[in-house]
Amino acid sequence: MSEVIHADHHDDHDHGPEKGLARWLFTTNHKDIGTLYLWFSFLMLLTGGVMALVIRTELFQPGLQFVAPEFFNQMTTNHGLIMVFGAIMPAFVGLANWLVPMQVGAPDMALPRMNNLSFWILPFAFGMMISTLFMEGGGPNFGWTFYAPLSTTYAPDSVTFFIFAVHMMGASSIMGSINIIATILNMRAPGMTLMKMPLFVWTWLITAYLLLAVMPVLAGAVTMMLFDIHFNTSFFNAAGGGDPVMFQHIFWFFGHPEVYIMILPAFGIVSHIIPAFSRKALFGYDSMVYAVASIAFLSFIVWAHHMFTVGMPLAGQLFFMYATMLIAIPTGVKVFNWTATMWKGSMSFETPMLFAVAFVVLFTIGGFSGLMLAITPADYQYHDTYFVVAHFHYVLVPGALFSIIAAVYFWFPKWTGKMYNETMGKAHFWLSFIGVNVTFFPQHFSGLAGMPRRIPDYALQFADFNMLSSIGAFIFGFSQLVFLYVIIHGIRKGTPAAGRAWEGARGLEWTLPSPAPYHSFTHPPVVTDEEAHA
Amino acid sequence: MMQPVDRQKNVQRTIRQSVLIVLGMCCFVVALIPLYDLFCEVTGLNGKTGGPYTYDPANTRPDTTRLVKVNFLTNTNAGLSWKFWPELGGVRVHPGELKEVNFFVKNTTDRVMMAQAIPSLVPVAATQYFHKTECFCFNQQVLQPGEELAMPMRFVVDRDLPKNVQSINLSYALFDITEAMGDVAVTGG
Repeated sequence: MSEVIHADHHDDHDHGPEKGLARWLFTTNHKDIGTLYLWFSFLMLLTGGVMALVIRTELFQPGLQFVAPEFFNQMTTNHGLIMVFGAIMPAFVGLANWLVPMQVGAPDMALPRMNNLSFWILPFAFGMMISTLFMEGGGPNFGWTFYAPLSTTYAPDSVTFFIFAVHMMGASSIMGSINIIATILNMRAPGMTLMKMPLFVWTWLITAYLLLAVMPVLAGAVTMMLFDIHFNTSFFNAAGGGDPVMFQHIFWFFGHPEVYIMILPAFGIVSHIIPAFSRKALFGYDSMVYAVASIAFLSFIVWAHHMFTVGMPLAGQLFFMYATMLIAIPTGVKVFNWTATMWKGSMSFETPMLFAVAFVVLFTIGGFSGLMLAITPADYQYHDTYFVVAHFHYVLVPGALFSIIAAVYFWFPKWTGKMYNETMGKAHFWLSFIGVNVTFFPQHFSGLAGMPRRIPDYALQFADFNMLSSIGAFIFGFSQLVFLYVIIHGIRKGTPAAGRAWEGARGLEWTLPSPAPYHSFTHPPVVTDEEAHA
Repeated sequence: MMQPVDRQKNVQRTIRQSVLIVLGMCCFVVALIPLYDLFCEVTGLNGKTGGPYTYDPANTRPDTTRLVKVNFLTNTNAGLSWKFWPELGGVRVHPGELKEVNFFVKNTTDRVMMAQAIPSLVPVAATQYFHKTECFCFNQQVLQPGEELAMPMRFVVDRDLPKNVQSINLSYALFDITEAMGDVAVTGG
């Protein structure tokens, strides 16, 4: 920690990064660690993506053709776990590392060494989790929600590795959150008051508190599983006086805030990109902040809407139904604010803007299907069907993932000093946009018609929708290789980018040259009204 | 501009606060387990009927104006090949009246085994009003190979049972706990 504090004194001779592998292993620089997080999450995206394609290949036609049902279950489970904990969450932490210090005018994160540790735990955690696929008895096969007793009494032996992997991810997330909170609360440049902070910083501050609150709950749940499996306790075992339903309550008490952890930073990103390409200030900054805070608060009191069918008194069902529907209000505020920002703006549609607008439209579709699921009597029909799969993929893929891709395109010139190829970027967008909708839209219909989720085979009536879904999945999956190509091509051969790479971009990071120097804001910048919140 | 030392102190304070939140949530999870049990016991939400009840015939007059149907369901959990059945599918009782029903269990295997019955009652609103003075679910059953056992269950439906409840379904699931309890428990009783 003393490193940061003294940085002020020896910053005049600007020393760049170390050479070779040591730079990445021992780095305490927020930009290096941000880069590590982003590449790691991209690798995980491809890994989880390959698993998704195994699933979609099996489901291309009814019947069992491609993989055994046991392996299919491992694919659905690991696809979910890797995408949630390995792709989306680390990508947001990577973006926070790159952007938060620059956006608040700080020289680095508050705790640079812990920053290094919280990243380097992750490859080991995921290495351990993926290695279970090659063990006798296979890897986790109980769904990403790992309901007990499926994940205790009936789990493969490798479940212990899974439990420790979850512990490691949790430790990494908690350390990352403490770091982000400490940076935002203490490292802001003079004049950067809380209500002048850019929205990405605001959303991450709230997200970090959500992580602090729920990661211990997840750790508690897996620890109880560990005890049930190895030490003969009966937390979730009915025979010993425990209750499997308690697992669901604990899991979703973690799980619902967790899904907002994956979307709140996305709200922040979109609130930067839409004003930049509408050439207007964000409409309703204050209401955006309050909306995010309300959503975060509500996330703690709606968990049981994931388990309406488990049996609950009427009063409970009504409470969770209305509380869930209440979330539509702050979310609606945000969607209306983004729309109002675009209203009469001088809009242009570069790749980041295309992804951001697609985010607003498609996330809203996912939000509406969420409202349908919140209606308790209707949920009895939708529960555990492909309608649920369609719903959460609409909020996570064209929601969270699109916002991350938009952020990468938007800040790419700031990070690398180069401009990516716009035509290729747009090609990536249209392929992804079409791919995502062809994949997930038909799943609404197969779900409403009653196709259950997590099955390797299905009734003939669902064949057409599934074939369509699989075709879309392959389009979407392979279009991410276009993304990789655009990034590498941009780094190698991109045209030099200006400090303010986008004319409408506002915020302290755009006052820096591109690429941002290895050490930035070693002297706190002056925060003008114009560069305060975009 | 903020002095570096001040900033260091502020960062340390933020870390302390954050760690307190994490520790607080850890305590919350630990506290959640007894709280969950307490919540279910008070509200009867998970349909688990309570422990031994003391029935005082002197102070309890059966409410002969009402009849409540009590249905019995039995099943053995996966992997337990015992036979388990109630003497009657159901009985009609007056609230406040003590009733006895026999349940039978037979170990069809050639091993000494131990089982535990777990009750579950619907509607959950009736859980608190269903009292048992004696039940095989209060303890474990150890059966020799081929042994058959009649197990009495004495219960009384509370006079305060809500008027809209006309029938109660009591289900028992029998779990094999031979392995969990270990050989000592089986041989030593």
